[in-house]
Amino acid sequence: MSHAGIPLHYFLIVSTIMFFVGVYGFLTRKNLITMLMSIELILNSVNINFVAFNRYLYPDGLHGQFFSIFIIAVAACEAAVAIAIIINIYRRFRTISVEDVSEMKF
Amino acid sequence: MELTGNQLMFIIFSGVIVLFSILTVTTRRILRAATYLLFVLISTAGIYFMLNFQFLAAIQLTLYAGGIVVLIIFSILLTSHISQKFEPVGWKKMILSALASIAGMIVCITTILNYKFSANAAIAQEINMDVIGKSLLSYEHNGYVLPFEVISVLLLAAMISAIVIAKKGKTQQEK
Repeated sequence: MSHAGIPLHYFLIVSTIMFFVGVYGFLTRKNLITMLMSIELILNSVNINFVAFNRYLYPDGLHGQFFSIFIIAVAACEAAVAIAIIINIYRRFRTISVEDVSEMKF
Repeated sequence: MELTGNQLMFIIFSGVIVLFSILTVTTRRILRAATYLLFVLISTAGIYFMLNFQFLAAIQLTLYAGGIVVLIIFSILLTSHISQKFEPVGWKKMILSALASIAGMIVCITTILNYKFSANAAIAQEINMDVIGKSLLSYEHNGYVLPFEVISVLLLAAMISAIVIAKKGKTQQEK
């Protein structure tokens, strides 16, 4: 139950730590761009999980790899739209701190 | 205990991932946060290489490390001063968030360590571009044509919406 001498648990522990570091960043950050970075961390840790499960538990399929590819594509879409929104907010309010951007109607 | 090359690489990659992901969320300079995020993403690609997923690692390097990080750095340069430092997070908020994350971490890690994963002795499928391309466009067993088409529509929609949202609106005088 180990591929190249590394148990599956180690991969899962690394990705768990990465996930909760991302959660911590999402809770403490106030800048929109750094919150986006925390979300990227979370999505990445999920990808590591998928890939490790694919290699260790279902080596005769490729499901984990394809799910990771689709997650990466969704993350790219999300980053593009979020950055467009952030730039628009900056143009209107001259700041991207979540606490100063409190009105939605303009 | 003698470390094999693979174990040594895993220790390096996971150390870089843990260290730089913590630095990403705690540093007070935004451009440095983006750089640390780049290190995390590249080490993740290294882990994919270790697990023999070359195609996925290449996607990770080009799309994440090459695309998303550059996009984030561009938006940082557009929206904030490089030398600007964030004010430190309040003690109360920091402790509460750290408690929540560490509690979640402990729960997940104990669950993982207590679960006995059943080993699978199936022969590993060879991954080459032929297999990947054929299963992305196949509608039979193990085919992924539906999510592939959905993701292409999603990419188109995201592209159009990003252009529409970020487009400069008319100023007051032009109206």
